Amino acid sequence: MSAGHIVVKGVNKIFKTTDNEVVALKDINLDIPQGQFVCLLGPSGCGKSTLLNAAAGFSMPTSGSISADGKLVTGPGPDRGMVFQEYALFPWMTVEENIRFGLEIKGMGKTEMEAIIASLMQKLGLSEFRSRFPKDLSGGMRQRVAIARVLALDSPILLMDEPFGALDALTRRNLQDELLRIWAELGKTVIFVTHSIEEAIYLADRIVVMTYRPGTVKRDILVNLPRLRDPASAEFNTLKRELGQLVMEEQQRHHDFEILAAAVD
Amino acid sequence: MTKFNWRSFGTGLVVPLVLIALWHTSAALGWVNPHVLPSPLAVVQRWVAYLLPQIPFAEATGSWLAWAVSGELIVDSIGSMVRVVSGFLIGAALALPLGLIMGASPRIYALLNPLAQVLRPIPPIAYIPLAILWFGLGNPPAIFLIAIGAFFPVLINTIAGVRQVDGIYIRAARNLGANQRTMFLRVMLPAAVPYILSGVRIGIGTAFIVVIVSEMIAVNNGLGFRILEAREYFWSDKIIAGMISIGMLGLAIDMGVNKLNNYLLRWHRGLEH
Repeated sequence: MSAGHIVVKGVNKIFKTTDNEVVALKDINLDIPQGQFVCLLGPSGCGKSTLLNAAAGFSMPTSGSISADGKLVTGPGPDRGMVFQEYALFPWMTVEENIRFGLEIKGMGKTEMEAIIASLMQKLGLSEFRSRFPKDLSGGMRQRVAIARVLALDSPILLMDEPFGALDALTRRNLQDELLRIWAELGKTVIFVTHSIEEAIYLADRIVVMTYRPGTVKRDILVNLPRLRDPASAEFNTLKRELGQLVMEEQQRHHDFEILAAAVD
Repeated sequence: MTKFNWRSFGTGLVVPLVLIALWHTSAALGWVNPHVLPSPLAVVQRWVAYLLPQIPFAEATGSWLAWAVSGELIVDSIGSMVRVVSGFLIGAALALPLGLIMGASPRIYALLNPLAQVLRPIPPIAYIPLAILWFGLGNPPAIFLIAIGAFFPVLINTIAGVRQVDGIYIRAARNLGANQRTMFLRVMLPAAVPYILSGVRIGIGTAFIVVIVSEMIAVNNGLGFRILEAREYFWSDKIIAGMISIGMLGLAIDMGVNKLNNYLLRWHRGLEH
């Protein structure tokens, strides 16, 4: 199956408030080939989540278009599975029921469904937690369930909105490795939003650094380091310094902007 | 299930025991007229007499079980319970679907909410004259009043429950491809359950208040009827015995609803079961 090609063309997004307009995204153009792991990197407020939500179909661009495999994105759909930072598991469903939910919506047959659920729980180490409710799971476990729930849809595209942002460093690294393993195995296209430079370098084939207000593409670079990458290596750190410079410039603009806004108040 | 805590149970007994001791002392020393405030012993005796069958057991007339529950208290309690349950079920069965629709559709909400807000503050007791005009005497007016008492708490909480559903669940379900029907039945409804159940709990409490009042006006059994009847005869010990029974039945109902809540909300954060 050759699917998962995303084209972002001339996307602008303007949020209107009562007394002013915020240009969240300005003229974004990206061509993401099938199977590429892309990280959107930038300080908060740079529009990276806005872009992801537009790709997911939760909020439409003011102008421009996003298409997945030639099909224009007009709303959310199971061809673009989303993993949220807040996990967004249904708390009234057990682990198993959460994973099953999307399959039931698809109208899948029972035997096939059971096979998929069993293999996903195996893959993500959830078998022991099958009949637990989300409230009884750690953050890391919850995010595993959320990933399993999205993988069950077998969508060619995975959209991830700072999925590991709320996890401690060890759990985070653990899940990053797991995600890379799954990605290598399934060959899905991934758009991954993060504000962690190290996370972006550790994971991505390609890093898109975004500017703060308006959100534009500041730098679009390919990461040509073999995986698994060593965060202590010289190449890793050269890249980290370079990206750190770019992100800090935007962070500084963010800071100045806030001081300005406070002064106006 | 936590282990029964004897220590806190004992602590909880202290104040009631002191009050009963004071009450007993004042009765025993003749400080109060026994018609106005009978001694606790007299109340207990009356309560036991109220509980036990009024006629001795006769082999020929029927089963032992039927005899054992033929005491006035048991008949009254069953009568009150039947009214509470049927009135509550009618009220809740009307309120729940209406609340779900009003919560989910802003248009229907706009249409019906003003009326609901005007009717809601009218206490069920105020419907008594109309209830008697419409339904005469007996169970129907009582059940009507109880249904009204249960209706509004369930309605208001169901509306609030549906309207407050966290947007993240809706986004996640849309992402998974849920259509409107699935969204409503499997996401919005279960997400609203904690609110709905707290409405149920308030509704049952209101139903229990209303049943006592309605029994004082329209029917000739039940706990509310019995304490009013006892007043006619100046049986103050029986009035108190009846009130204690009302308290215990109310407590039992609330504990039952609480158990059900804990079971239905076993997925919910911050609830121990």
